[in-house]
Amino acid sequence: MKNREILELEVNGHRRQTAARPYDVLLDVLRDGLDLTGTKRGCDMGTCGCCTVLMDGKPVLSCLTLAGQCEGKAITTIEGLKDGAHLHPLQKCFADAGGSQCGFCTPGFLMTCTALLEKNQEPSDGEIREAISGNMCRCTGYVKIIEAIQQSAEVLRARKAGNEGQADV
Amino acid sequence: MSEPKSGAAKGVIGQRLPLVDARKKTTGEAVYTDDIRLPNTLVGKILRSPHAHARIKGIDTSRALALPGVAAVVTGAENRANFGVLPISKDETALAVDKVIFVGDQVAAVAAEDEEIALEALGLIQVDYEVYPAFLQPEDSLKDVADPAHKIHARTVGETNVHKQVDQHFGDVDAALKDARIVRRGHFEFGSVTHAFTEPHCVIARYDTDGKLTLWSATQVPHYVHRALVEVTGLPMHAIRVIKPMVGGAFGGKSDPFPHEMAAALLSMKSGRPVKILFDREEVFLSHHGRHPTKTDIAVALDRDGKISGLDLKVLIDGGAWGSFGVVTTYYNGVLSAGPYDVSNFRYSGKRVYTNKPPCGAMRGHGAVNSRFAFEVLLDEIAEELGEDPCELRLKNFLPEYTTTINEFRITSNGIAEGMLRAMERSGWKEKYRQLPPGRGIGAACGFYISGSALPIHWSKLPQSTVHLKIDMDGGVTVHAGTADIGQGSDTMLAQCVAQVLGLPMSRLRVYTADSDMDPVDLGSYSSRVTFMAGNAARRAAEQIRTELIEAASRLTGYPAEGFVLEDELVVYTPLPRIRMSYMEALTEALADRGALIARGSYQSPPMGGKFKGAAAGLSPTYSFQSYISEVTVDEETGFVKVEKVWAAHDCGRALNPIAVEGQVEGSIHMGLGQLLSEQFRYHDGNVLNPNLLDYKTLSAKEMPEVECILIESGDPEGPFGAKECGEGPLLPILPSVANAIHDAVGVRIRRLPVTPEDILQGIQKNRMERSDVAAKIRVA
Repeated sequence: MKNREILELEVNGHRRQTAARPYDVLLDVLRDGLDLTGTKRGCDMGTCGCCTVLMDGKPVLSCLTLAGQCEGKAITTIEGLKDGAHLHPLQKCFADAGGSQCGFCTPGFLMTCTALLEKNQEPSDGEIREAISGNMCRCTGYVKIIEAIQQSAEVLRARKAGNEGQADV
Repeated sequence: MSEPKSGAAKGVIGQRLPLVDARKKTTGEAVYTDDIRLPNTLVGKILRSPHAHARIKGIDTSRALALPGVAAVVTGAENRANFGVLPISKDETALAVDKVIFVGDQVAAVAAEDEEIALEALGLIQVDYEVYPAFLQPEDSLKDVADPAHKIHARTVGETNVHKQVDQHFGDVDAALKDARIVRRGHFEFGSVTHAFTEPHCVIARYDTDGKLTLWSATQVPHYVHRALVEVTGLPMHAIRVIKPMVGGAFGGKSDPFPHEMAAALLSMKSGRPVKILFDREEVFLSHHGRHPTKTDIAVALDRDGKISGLDLKVLIDGGAWGSFGVVTTYYNGVLSAGPYDVSNFRYSGKRVYTNKPPCGAMRGHGAVNSRFAFEVLLDEIAEELGEDPCELRLKNFLPEYTTTINEFRITSNGIAEGMLRAMERSGWKEKYRQLPPGRGIGAACGFYISGSALPIHWSKLPQSTVHLKIDMDGGVTVHAGTADIGQGSDTMLAQCVAQVLGLPMSRLRVYTADSDMDPVDLGSYSSRVTFMAGNAARRAAEQIRTELIEAASRLTGYPAEGFVLEDELVVYTPLPRIRMSYMEALTEALADRGALIARGSYQSPPMGGKFKGAAAGLSPTYSFQSYISEVTVDEETGFVKVEKVWAAHDCGRALNPIAVEGQVEGSIHMGLGQLLSEQFRYHDGNVLNPNLLDYKTLSAKEMPEVECILIESGDPEGPFGAKECGEGPLLPILPSVANAIHDAVGVRIRRLPVTPEDILQGIQKNRMERSDVAAKIRVA
């Protein structure tokens, strides 16, 4: 326990405190400090994307992000993607379409894709491939991941159309 | 989208179902080994060899032990017990004994209060080495060693570093080559590739006050880890429990018992506390156990009837530092090469050598990928030379179903010809082959693979798979098996097999696997054995429960048991379908006066195969078959290859869950394309130069082609519901089908993998120069 200081982070909508060293990265703090083990450690050098989380809605590699830089930012991890008991459409589509085999890369993919669909609900095949090109999957060959993202986009579009329809009434 | 329920009478087999654990994997709830937190756990770290080959003159651990926060240090001097996955070549130890044999070899292990202290302690360990000459090229390992002390392992062929030699000859290959209409020969070289699973190796060992050792590990084969721990720790088998949590990909790379697993156990026994060892990515690369690089010389002969009359294969296999599965690899490079063709004369000579590099082992398509590539490329060349269609040439030479191969493999179901025809039709082969514009090409290749090894590694009368079932008054069905779900979906497969027999929805199934205290022994997830073997065991166990439920329904209704079926959570008397009751009613009657229903099903391969030396290698109760066609674009200015689309026909017997089967095919294509186009270990003086996922380049989503899976259901007579393997065979044909497509596109033949844009560009330029030479000669004439 050398040189640890109290760090206050906003994670999944809650203010959390934990002791961290100045050189600790967000991944260490999430997994070991806050017991949020859904974010995965795959390479520690930003090459696999398994540790992707959202910082103020943008995907970041938590293994390359100093924890101290995250104060005052809103961090979202895989544990924060569900709405209560309800799965996010991405979660349901990844599970049902076979977008997750071993599952180790899945949390990182889901965070990357959440950010993608937040800003673009009609992503082309090329846009999807570009968006996930920093996330490595060794099981699926990406085929069913891409299908799952397309299906999720469809669900989100339908949801949006439904809401707008209601608003019109 | 399909829901995880039975819905119709046909049940859950053949439905597109999500994996039973898929949702947990999308929420962060899924627990992998590194996610487990036990109280009072120490961090374990490993000191690794900086030398490719050196004698350990001495290790001084005193300064490390004196560091506050260090709980235990172990070295090879304290535990010299040998282990290894194959009983015939146990050449590993928990930590290096007397010498190190590759850069990254485990020299000492430390357990400390935190990671920083553990790393500091590693730096305080003093190792005195005497550097030995390193054997880095496989050819060097063929020679007699000048000083016997410099042999990498004591047990080799003579005074060389040859680990295993296999020679087989069926028929008369020399005569076949002599009498052939055409013979093509080639020398092929294959680079070193690795699994690159996303989850680094991780293990937790806990030796408790009761003298019981529990090991949680990211492993494909808990049972072999269990056996190795007995040998290394000296504890009785019943005092050791091995648990496999969720595993983040494996592909063969987690199928050996590993030295770090042994080291964690020793550290925990020494410290009396739980010890966790988590690898960093460089350690994952150094532990390797990936595909064996080979140098392959091959000759293929075609006779005057257009039949493959001869296959002559000579392979030099670079094994790296340990035996691992290498004896099997040495056989597989030969014995799996002839199929899926009816080859009438076959000769194989294979040598696997030890070198001072990270050990090779089993990797998806184990032993079969490189020889398959060479054979399929030469078939394409033969077709080209004869002006024949390479698909038609293959169709003329496929093994029929229900036959015996020249090396006495028993072939049962075989849908390869149907697969070839469907891939040709779907891809528009006849309109495209040799007719696409320059830079665009199409190519074909085939494959076949074992669906589980018929003979187990350890001689034993135990079944190869056993499954236990329990049903109590709550109506849920608990499945217990020693199988290891490594992401491929074997837990889902077990649940489906049981749900199908009992006519239940998937939601009633609970699957508990890979815990040696709770589950019966299973030989693990390798050699593509689980669906066939454990699936059969699950089906058989469920059939016993079905009989009990039907007997209960018969008692309650007074109708004979023979007429009852289980479907949709009902027990129905088919001659009078109004005579029916709910599953729960029948269950309640079945439980009366005796309690929970329990059943055990098991699987053992039937006897098969020849009597010659090595006859058991490659024997399987059934084989999968593949026929692939790939279309590519090659940039003639840069040599860059873009794989546009793959039509992948795979005979899986029966697709128990098409989503899962397609997932295996698509993932195999991804991995195979990596070996073909970009993946390779690069070495300098025995050091891996690219032990990370940036410099070891797997294909990203941007490079992955479109894949059309064509699932062929040949209906295996012995497979569970007709199923056979789908996890490995689908990798084999992707490499040669793309290589053949590259030739169709730009006329360049590939002899060395991975093939780089530079290689292709050189080939294009060489072709241009040859053409201009010819043109010049014509002009001169």
